[in-house]
Order: sequence, then structure tokens, then C-alpha cells
Amino acid sequence: MAFKCPSDEWIKEFGKQVNSSKAYEESAKDWEGDFIFIMEADNTLPKTFYFFVGLLHGKSTDTALVESEDVRPAQFRLAASFTTWRKIIEGKLDPIQAIMTGKLKLKGNLAKVLRYPKAAKELVNCVMQVPTEFPS
Amino acid sequence: MWNFVSPRIVFGEGALDVLDELHGKLALVVTDTNMVRIGSVDKVKAHLAKAGINVHVFDRVESDPSVQTTLRGAEIARDVQPDWIVGLGGGSPIDAAKAIWVLYERPDIEPAAIGPFGELGLRKKARLITIPTTSGTGAEATWAIVLTDTNEKRKMGLGNMENVADIAIVDPEMAAGMPPRLTADTGLDALVHGVEGYTCSWHTDLTDGLCIQATRLVFKYLVRAVSDGHDSEARERMHNAATCGGLGFGNAMASMAHAMGHCLGSAFHFPHGRAVSLFLPYTIEFSAPQAPERFAELAVYAGFPNDGGEKGARDFAQHIRDLCRQVGNPTSISEAGIGRKDFEGQLDKMVNDAFNDTQMVTAVRAPSVEEARQIFLYAYEGRPVDF
Repeated sequence: MAFKCPSDEWIKEFGKQVNSSKAYEESAKDWEGDFIFIMEADNTLPKTFYFFVGLLHGKSTDTALVESEDVRPAQFRLAASFTTWRKIIEGKLDPIQAIMTGKLKLKGNLAKVLRYPKAAKELVNCVMQVPTEFPS
Repeated sequence: MWNFVSPRIVFGEGALDVLDELHGKLALVVTDTNMVRIGSVDKVKAHLAKAGINVHVFDRVESDPSVQTTLRGAEIARDVQPDWIVGLGGGSPIDAAKAIWVLYERPDIEPAAIGPFGELGLRKKARLITIPTTSGTGAEATWAIVLTDTNEKRKMGLGNMENVADIAIVDPEMAAGMPPRLTADTGLDALVHGVEGYTCSWHTDLTDGLCIQATRLVFKYLVRAVSDGHDSEARERMHNAATCGGLGFGNAMASMAHAMGHCLGSAFHFPHGRAVSLFLPYTIEFSAPQAPERFAELAVYAGFPNDGGEKGARDFAQHIRDLCRQVGNPTSISEAGIGRKDFEGQLDKMVNDAFNDTQMVTAVRAPSVEEARQIFLYAYEGRPVDF
């Protein structure tokens, strides 16, 4: 069964994948910091979607579709067009490269994020495990 | 989308003469005491004097420059207000010069926050010249800055495209005085740049040619340069190899050998080039079962014909070990003189730090924690990786 992206069900499934990943747990065992993922509207997606992703000590504390980036407090924001997010989710674009070229915009302590490249890679591996149905 | 960034590069015999034509009032030369002692600073000063440019020297840069050193250098820059900053020396003074320049122009930034995106707004107060005296780190041509956090004993990979040098002066005369050990260590660093830049997951069409040429030149000229420091052809080709390697990997990325080498270097004050070249064969052997093609291809370009596949890649690893031996470098950590107990005492930290090194992101076969630990142990014992 595929989960429609973007949707609350999709991000919740992502949270489950994170919590069942030993590789993520090991690589992020010291991590503290929640995220807002912002999928910006583009010619594929008519409106912008916001997701809260809570991450603490190698586990996801909560994931949810939210109404705006201010509804839940979070230390980090990652924003990109939906097209860019799709490339990351499908493993076609390295998220660290995306940050470095400005395709994926990070708000938050970059130095902290750059200390956890393996955790970032494992999060992408987790999202790639979610059976996903993208808008046509 | 990716970027290719380069300074203006003035290279070859007599390249230092370009300093005679500069416009400016004051240059801050960022360097170390060795460069003062052997007269390299005086050479630079003489050329800048022809351009009517005064010089202030900051020669306190240590090997593996610390954040604290760059903060001190930036303070001096703010006092003397240079319009040129000149990084003169090996990778350490050059990286320190880049950081000092950024902190001089942007005193609001913390060194650890000099990151790869966003605009720094440089070139309002000064511009940067880099003059390598080793062959070499390639730092003269890259925007990367490697600083050491002395509290956590950890290297930090920093930098922004904007802080690439305005002019890189690659004059073989500046490297002519290198003793054999330094020639070997820095020459092998150039090799690792070529190999990792070509084989990492971020390789590009624009960098492949540079990485191939760096690799070819090192295999052809390093032994000559180590054996006879007066071999001017070997010195010049190695100096160019280092810049090719720097431009190549600097616009692609380094990879696992660098991630692991950084850790060994931080834990045991091991020279960078010696560390990364020690690990390179082991990381090639680890990658070979999953992604051998580009290693085998590069081996052919470097003059080692093969039939491709895992064997081609593993044979290339062996050729690299042979080169290390030919120039008198260790091919295992134990051979390098690090005791087993000391090594095992640092192993957990090194494994952890390797995973948090940004260079690990581009490994074509990403190791698990246990696999990384095993690679470290195999590298200690000198056993070719076979898993």
C-alpha cells in the first residue's frame, strides 16, 4: 500500500521507518533537534505543505502534517520545492549536496547538522523505505 | 546542479613575479616559523616591495591550525588592516589564511560557522593570495578550510566558495627546498586527492580530467622528487599535480580515506598526507566488491592496464601500497609506530569521528559502524581488506 505524498499518513509512516532503523538510531544517538520540512508549491504541487519531524537521541518522537511552519517549535527548518524534495526522497539528489547548492535551504545551526552526515544519509534511507505515491 | 570554483592560477617557473604587479598598500602574510627561517617569507616580501606593498607577518600558524590561531590572526588583521592576505606554506598556513580572511571581513561569524552556503560578502576589505610550498595539499586552489578543535581533538571541515583565493601562485621554486619525507607525505596527499576525487560519489565531468592528471603525475614523478630534490622537472610536475588534485577533489569531494585519515591525524598528530595515503588502499579494497569500476579505470589512466572489475580495483590498491613503500612511507598503522594499546584506546573515538566527518558522505560503499571499526583494525595490522 502506497502513501500519498504529501500527507499526514505519509509522514507518520516515515516516523515509523525512522524508529525501526538501527542504522539511524546508532548514527543519531546524540542528536537533539526537531525539524520542520517545508515542501514548497511548484508546478507539480499547488500549495505548500509543512511537516513536523521530532528527532531525539536516535528516535522520532512525533511526525505530523501541520498548518504552518510556526505551529510547532523546531530548531531546524528545511525548505525546498516539491520537485527537489521528490528527488531527495527518490534517492536522486544527495541532501548534503542539495544544501550546499542552495536547492535545499536550511535554517538552523549548520555546524551542528554537518556533524551528522551519516544520520542525514540514514534519514534519506528511511524515507526511501516509505512506499510513496507522488502527485502526477 | 553543481559548481566549479577556481582562483586565477599563475603557475610554472617564475610565477612569483606576478606579485610585482599587484596594487595595494599592505599585505598580511600568514605563515609559519619555518617559512621565515628558510627565507621563503623574504622572497615574497622582496616581490611585494617591488609593487610598493608593505608587509606584516603572522608566523604563528601551527601544523593542523586551531580555531584559536585563526582568531588571533584575525585580530592582527583588524589591527593592521591589510588589503591583501597571503597564505604562504603548506596546507596549514593556507587554510589558516582563508579563515583569517573570513574572520577579518566578518568578525560576527564564529569560525565553526564558516559553512558552504549563504553569502559571506568578502572582498570588501582584502583579497587572498595563496602560495603553496609543498606539493601538496592543493589548498591553494580549494575553498575548503580544515581547522582543529583542540578541545574535542577533532578536525572540522569548513569553508565557503567565496573564500577561494583570488590568485594562487604555483611556483616550483617555492617547493624546491622540501626534504624527502615532506616531499613524500605531501605528494601522496596529492595522489589521494586525485583518486578520491575521481572515485567518490560526487565525481563530475569537469573534475575527472584534473583527478586523472594528478594521479598520473604522482605515479610518474613522486619517486624522482623524493630521491632527488634537485630534479627540477620532477619538482615542477609534482607541484602542478598537487594543484590539479586540489582543483579536482576540491570541486568534487574527498571520501573515506580522508574521513579516516583525519581521525588518525587528530588522535596521533600524524601528518595528513601520510595518514590518508595509508588508508587509501584499504578503503579501495572495501569499496571494490560494490563499486570497482572507476578505481579500475583510473588505474588504466595511471599506467596500470587491467581487465576491470574487483581485481582491477584491488590491484590498483596494491600499486598504491607499492608507491608508498617506494617513497619510504608506512602502509599500516603499526608500521607507522603507533602502539596497539594507544591505538585501541582511541579506536572508539576514531570510528565515531570518521562517521561524523563530511568526507564520509561520498563513500561509494558506506560502511556500518562495525565495518568501519574493522577497516581501522585491518589498517593497523596491514591486512588487505577482504570483507
